[in-house]
Amino acid sequence: MTGTSYDAIVVGAGHNGLVCAAYLAKAGRKVLVLERRHQVGGATTTEEIYPGFKFSCCSYVVSLLRPWIIRDLDLPRHGYEILPLEATVTPFPDGRYLLRDADPERTRRSIAQFSPHDAEVYKRFGQQMAELGRLIKPMIDQPAPDPLSRDPRELLRIARLGQQIRGQGDEWLFSNVKMMTMSAVDFLAEWFECEQLIAPMAISGIIGTFLGIRSPGTAYVLLHHYMGEIDGSFRAWGLPKGGTGAIAQAIASSAQALGVEIRTEAPVAHLLMKNGSAAGVVLANGDEIRAKAVISGLDPHRTYLKLVGEEHLDPEIAQQVRRFKMRGSSGKVNLALDALPELACLPGTGSHLQGGITIAPSIDYLERAYDDAKYGAFSRQPFMDIVIPSVTDPTVAPPGKHVMSIFVQYAPYQLKEGAADWPNQREAFGDAVIDTLAEYMPGIKNLILHRQVLTPWDLEQIYGLTEGNIFHGELSLEQLAFLRPIAGWSRYRTPVENLWMCASGTHPGGGIMGAPGALCARTMLAKRAV
Amino acid sequence: MPIPTPFHARTQALCSSYRWKDWSGYCAVCSFDTTHEREYFAFRESAGLLDVTPLYKYEVSGPDAQALLARMMVRDMSKLKVGRMAYTCWCDDDGKVVDDGTVARLGDTHFRVTAADPTLHWLQALSRGLDVNLEDSSARLGALALQGPTSRAVLREAGVAGIDALKFFGVIQTTLAGIPVWISRTGYTGDLGYEVWVERGEALAVWDALMVAGQPHGIVPAGLDALDMVRIEAGFILLGVDYYSSQKVILESRKSTPLELGFGWMVDLERGNFIGRDAIAAETKRGSVWQLVGLEVSWEELETLYASFNLPPSLPATARRDALPIYDETGRQVGQATSHTWSPLLKKYLAIASVHRGFEAKGTKLQIEHTVEYERRKVTATVAPLPFFDPERKRKP
Repeated sequence: MTGTSYDAIVVGAGHNGLVCAAYLAKAGRKVLVLERRHQVGGATTTEEIYPGFKFSCCSYVVSLLRPWIIRDLDLPRHGYEILPLEATVTPFPDGRYLLRDADPERTRRSIAQFSPHDAEVYKRFGQQMAELGRLIKPMIDQPAPDPLSRDPRELLRIARLGQQIRGQGDEWLFSNVKMMTMSAVDFLAEWFECEQLIAPMAISGIIGTFLGIRSPGTAYVLLHHYMGEIDGSFRAWGLPKGGTGAIAQAIASSAQALGVEIRTEAPVAHLLMKNGSAAGVVLANGDEIRAKAVISGLDPHRTYLKLVGEEHLDPEIAQQVRRFKMRGSSGKVNLALDALPELACLPGTGSHLQGGITIAPSIDYLERAYDDAKYGAFSRQPFMDIVIPSVTDPTVAPPGKHVMSIFVQYAPYQLKEGAADWPNQREAFGDAVIDTLAEYMPGIKNLILHRQVLTPWDLEQIYGLTEGNIFHGELSLEQLAFLRPIAGWSRYRTPVENLWMCASGTHPGGGIMGAPGALCARTMLAKRAV
Repeated sequence: MPIPTPFHARTQALCSSYRWKDWSGYCAVCSFDTTHEREYFAFRESAGLLDVTPLYKYEVSGPDAQALLARMMVRDMSKLKVGRMAYTCWCDDDGKVVDDGTVARLGDTHFRVTAADPTLHWLQALSRGLDVNLEDSSARLGALALQGPTSRAVLREAGVAGIDALKFFGVIQTTLAGIPVWISRTGYTGDLGYEVWVERGEALAVWDALMVAGQPHGIVPAGLDALDMVRIEAGFILLGVDYYSSQKVILESRKSTPLELGFGWMVDLERGNFIGRDAIAAETKRGSVWQLVGLEVSWEELETLYASFNLPPSLPATARRDALPIYDETGRQVGQATSHTWSPLLKKYLAIASVHRGFEAKGTKLQIEHTVEYERRKVTATVAPLPFFDPERKRKP
């Protein structure tokens, strides 16, 4: 329809789509971003669900947004501000609590009440993990190595990687192999003896996956946690000012300054195919927009099975895509609160509320939560990761009032009764969360002004996350690096000529990291695809 | 031994880190908590409450008060209206800076001067033959800086009349929780912020009222570590760190002129005589030897430098005052960085430096010394305009 032709069209204005568009525009390309919803950000979104209260509905903290992206796109100038997430409190049913924060001695004393041994080992563990993470970190700043490549440059890169690994010595290799195969609990139990520490630490291994803390392979995901912390040695876990949506706004503002055109409420119906390759998109209203390349910011399922359509795919590819595990396992409950809640174990409204609150009181508790999910029900007593961003960032709630973000696992997409039964179970799920929380925060129910419950079904319906998977596909070992999203098509390319992928379903994966978007743009420019 | 300020009973109870330092003979908190991070972000995201009592304060009054200050200050004090405040520096006869501070015109013939160093003798020397009264009100008055984006909301919550009408660099006499106070819209953070001046007997009541009113607005008691970071972001220089008082140094070369410190905008050579005028006029013709600049240190180069040691980049978490040599591209030393800090807000490593004439243009690439593993290296630092951080809310009505 429109006369304008673009170098590239990005489908979906999630944070990765915006990053990708910004990098392409920076290289002088004419880029159009199309977003189905009324605002940009995708799951990196902040919305005023209840008057005066701004909920970061989906993602709620930022850890791994690549520092070079922040610099390249000049994000601080576009409103990107990260506030520190101070501490983690883990309350226990017996009235005790574990507090871990930036003060190493206070943390040591807190752990020592459960195990003097663990208190001493904790720091050493952090060092070793940081060391491991540092060696892995370069991997997330470049496309995944391609073991099948015949390109001499690629082979050289792989050889260097191998050399680097060998150079680390046997001990490093052994711990790495262990990490890749063990469960989070088993791996941590090699270091620690008290489960008051193991349980809350193990949860980093399962967030966003349909696995339990005793499932093999979950140890590796722990490592991601430590990559954030070492980044430039500056605190990498933080709360974006104005909510995570402000990050998307900052990237969008930077992209627009670079010349990117962004259209919201412009849903794409499907790819415009010409001689078997992508030639643009067709909007839901029938408009056709042409471009040299189309970049999908959608997850692999949506990209291959909906945007392209199975009829245009090799059956083998379609099969592989269907095998790529989405299976969302988590939900979000967002609360508008009349005042700050108090923890029974730690009364008062001091600085401990500036950090995260983790409901993960024991290994068995977490494993039982997983049991419910295995058989198609949400956890009656779920794991919860709670933050109250309004304590540090008063802009997200009216004075004296607060917003609470509760990440809840497990909430399996596939219920026993079927995924479509979620609307019937949504409020029961919300009740289970609040009831559990009330055991640790007795006054919470009286403070709730508004409650937003987002089940995996809702995440799919509202945000287009297939099966409600927050990472565009599980971050388990068999779905990472050169296997993400499917073997042979890991480098942002797809079997459809001129169609690329730039979001969390590609290497290095999910979280507000921006790397997939930037690496996709970099790859496209290197291949002169646009 | 430093003595307590009028707010000590409160700050001491809150200072769980026991980290204090001597500021002009008073006990001053470095950071209340183990790290200053929360306090830093309070200045930028909500409101930080800082005890600034150790600033020297002088009441200058009488029929010739304005004449005295017009003569002493580089900036034209005859233009200062009642209810306004001005930032200025003052010089010796050679046009070398003695100190910098603020002058508030509280009444037609009543001014209040703040200074970093004791200044009564200077005022006395200049007031000979003039009809003025001088009072050192430093000990009589307590002072609090309430700084940050929610600071206005805090004062509103505390029921301060006239706070919404108070303009940038305005000052009013009002009441806070029924206590008479002076409130000025000034500060050392480069953000929206206020300073509250109160008789020492009422100091604790004012602190308490602000803490209560500040609760819904995220008020956080803050210390000097956090202040030092935000003042570098704001491009504010500090006496005894970024420059030295001409009255205190032995070497002539250590002295600075207003033009060298970036105070040229304060100077009006046409307005009649003031202390140091002729020297400054001569310097204007001749050109200055030094120039104060902002520097942004290249993060990419820092990363590469640390990587060559197989280390991730690491910078001190607090602002630093150890002066670092600055070189030009040929390796010749052309200046020194006197304050530097990582800015968590701007995600940049910033420095305030003095460089030789010719190296002050925006965008000039210089080299700053950086030590890694006991080895002294250099990384690129680019001249950037000051302030590094200048939010609209600072001046907005």
